Amino acid sequence: MLELKNVYYSVDENGKNKEILKNINIKIEDDFVAITGPNGSGKSTMAKMIVGIIKPTSGQILFDGKDITDLDITERANLGISFAFQQPVRFKGITVRQILSLAAGKDLNNDEACEYLSEVGLCANDYLDRELNEKLSGGELKRVEIAMIIARGTKLSVLDEPEAGIDLWSFQNLIKVFENMNKKYRGNILIISHQERILNIADKIILMEDGEISEVSDKDEILPRLLEISDQCKFLKGE
Amino acid sequence: MDKIYKNLLKEIAGIHDVPMGAYNIRANGEAYGRNSTANIEIVPKTDSPGIDINIKAGTKNESVHIPVVISKTGLGDLVYNDFYIGEDADVTIVAGCGIHNPGETESSHDGIHRFFIGKNAKVLYLEKHYGETDKTGKNKMNPTTIVEMEEGSYMKMDTVQIRGIDDTIRKTSGKIGKNATLIIEEKIMTDKNQRAITDFNVELNGENASSHVISRSVANDDSFQEFRSRMEGNNLSQGHTECDAIIMGNGKVAAIPEILANHPDSSLIHEATIGKIAGEQLVKLQSLGLTEEEAEAEIISGFLK
Repeated sequence: MLELKNVYYSVDENGKNKEILKNINIKIEDDFVAITGPNGSGKSTMAKMIVGIIKPTSGQILFDGKDITDLDITERANLGISFAFQQPVRFKGITVRQILSLAAGKDLNNDEACEYLSEVGLCANDYLDRELNEKLSGGELKRVEIAMIIARGTKLSVLDEPEAGIDLWSFQNLIKVFENMNKKYRGNILIISHQERILNIADKIILMEDGEISEVSDKDEILPRLLEISDQCKFLKGE
Repeated sequence: MDKIYKNLLKEIAGIHDVPMGAYNIRANGEAYGRNSTANIEIVPKTDSPGIDINIKAGTKNESVHIPVVISKTGLGDLVYNDFYIGEDADVTIVAGCGIHNPGETESSHDGIHRFFIGKNAKVLYLEKHYGETDKTGKNKMNPTTIVEMEEGSYMKMDTVQIRGIDDTIRKTSGKIGKNATLIIEEKIMTDKNQRAITDFNVELNGENASSHVISRSVANDDSFQEFRSRMEGNNLSQGHTECDAIIMGNGKVAAIPEILANHPDSSLIHEATIGKIAGEQLVKLQSLGLTEEEAEAEIISGFLK
């Protein structure tokens, strides 16, 4: 469904060319895929490239066989790619109901909007008419962000560290949300995460290091080894 | 009622014909229609253009509509309206002015509104300014609003100027008594070469007086806006002013706040933010399938809601 071919991305940093992504070649087909790796390894950059926020310096991105390298964010969204931000955006004056309606592509009635909110553990009636402003906590915004992904229900959902900013209690529920999404939209989730419990529900894990893909393996094959390393560096434990 | 009047009334007051209850419609500088009710009496002034609106004590859930419509070019309209709101009354006042300028000369409306709000009375004041022009004639509006609030009274002013006003200087002042609250929410959008200046002056005079002044504005194209606010705490009181502006194109916005605590127990806050639409807001909405233009429109309409 999604393929990155020979993708490179570099930026100019104080007059020097800095490579952020190097020779990325992956093919994702009907899998729940998690991308993990140390901070600064290029995970978020890759997510932004898939949804069209940044364009590769060279290389090609294919979605359902179509070359989408030169398509913008809107065009890719309309082809069926969704993106949950690591840091959700606040909007003065736009309510939870409105943003979910925009995500769903139609005006949602109470029941429909409530269904999406209940899935992410928010008591719907308390939230529908609240604005996405500074009065919502980071955790609440994050859950609305994920509810938007559910409301869109597209072929591919890219989530950048959905666990960031979510408290422990909510985290447990979040895992259930991803499990449900995985069952419902089988094979359509690409998730960037440091969390063992999220990696544990993935089919495949892509390990990134220093802008390159160092390994793509089935979860059962790679996770025990990663956890062994994590005992040393603790990054997977989120500690 | 002709089509132009009907359209202007719809824009400024959301009504299609003569309103229910008490009303005074002023058209092209003259009285067009007037109705008093048992509790709300509207009396023309004898010494100057304008009306006195007398609302009896205890009047509940009634409304007064006082729209002004202008459909001539080169007309300068000046009006003095005084509202006397009796104790314990609870009323909605719908004001507003719409100009349809058919020619090439400036048309203007200057409305001076004074409110005397009695003990424990509650007022919701809605004011919408709107303009349209067929040729090059400019539309100008300079509203002055003066509010005096007695003990325990409450007033909320919602004012909106979204389009078609080329020049405006809006002056609003309030003297707030004991346990009284004044809330002002202002929305202004300017484009082309329009100019909007808004000037608030609020005195928190009584014990436990409070006020919130919230201005949200969008300045597009080559337009200019200036937000001035002065809030003075003269007693145990709470005051908050907020100017939140989005600039687009070459739009320019200035915010000039002043808060003055004259009493050790007065607590005053001012917040001001000016900037263009955040790039990440556009990206978020684009990632939901909206084009950049649709995303901008959605953000602005939410912001000015």
